[in-house]
Amino acid sequence: MEILTYPNQQLKQNCEPVEQFDESLRQFVSELEAFMRSQPGGIGIAAPQVGQMQRICIVDLTGMTRGKKKKPVPNQGRLILINPEITEWEGFELGREGCMSVPDYTGNVIRATQIAFSATDEWGERHEYESEGFEARAIQHEVDHLEGLLFLDRLVSRRTDLFQRKQR
Amino acid sequence: MKEEEVTMGSARKQWYMVSLVGKDQSGIVARVTEVLYQAGGVLGESSMMRLGCNFSIMMMVEIAGGGEQLRQSIAPVTTELGLHLHVDAIEPGLHQHQVPELRVVVHGADRPGIVAQVTGVLAEAGFDIMDLDSQVGGSSLEPIYILLIEGVANSGVETIHQALEPLSASVEFRVEEIDTLIG
Repeated sequence: MEILTYPNQQLKQNCEPVEQFDESLRQFVSELEAFMRSQPGGIGIAAPQVGQMQRICIVDLTGMTRGKKKKPVPNQGRLILINPEITEWEGFELGREGCMSVPDYTGNVIRATQIAFSATDEWGERHEYESEGFEARAIQHEVDHLEGLLFLDRLVSRRTDLFQRKQR
Repeated sequence: MKEEEVTMGSARKQWYMVSLVGKDQSGIVARVTEVLYQAGGVLGESSMMRLGCNFSIMMMVEIAGGGEQLRQSIAPVTTELGLHLHVDAIEPGLHQHQVPELRVVVHGADRPGIVAQVTGVLAEAGFDIMDLDSQVGGSSLEPIYILLIEGVANSGVETIHQALEPLSASVEFRVEEIDTLIG
């Protein structure tokens, strides 16, 4: 597998829903997951990033920590998200994002702080989820890929920070 | 790199920092970048800011022919627009972005020395500033100063917080980590 990088136009296209939950799908998911884990950071990936134009993404923040104090990031572990649909968004927060498909650039993006969503696993079973914080941001970033959206499409000015950011 | 990109006429291409300062008016960026484009210039990174009612921009420009020729290409437009023009040869350094790790936000009643004190303390604490933006807000009778700084520090939030603490009698500040999601 190889990461496609922008301006490759495949990254700007809508992906097709998965219809066959068979061995070849599970094989692809397994390869995609292994590839994700081999990348620096390696907490999320979407199928179109490797040129597979299907609604498949993976997020796993297991073991991830924030800052010098190594605070754990709340997460639900390994999430295989096939045909994911985000159904509820609540709150918003500015955060910095980058992308394996957009090397050497990071920027500010506003995302919902809490989301509800549903997705099918690699065995064809549909699940309902809720997520918040950094995991919710990662899921929104990956689901965007399935709709041909990059974080570049959601960039906001670095100078809006003081006025947009939730006060702590 | 293609051969025609390396040489143009008899001269090799070189990177320059073009700085312009003057009274703000509509259309400056469009006119200056058009003349640079017509002269065969390629833009790298650029940053334009309106500070007070003043226009300022810094642009990385790659062009053949040397700095003086670059200056002469732009000068008719910048003179007409009343802008001060400055051209320096630079190293390009593209594709070497650092990702900021910490953000420091400072605000308080405006007084002389805020930036010097805050940045002095940060420098001593090992904080490298990558981005700094300051504005004077509030009313003209009671101006407030707002300073946004992003950068990297090996010492972490607590150390930077403690370093700034002696200034807390005269300014409000907060230090936070910037978590960058790479998806």
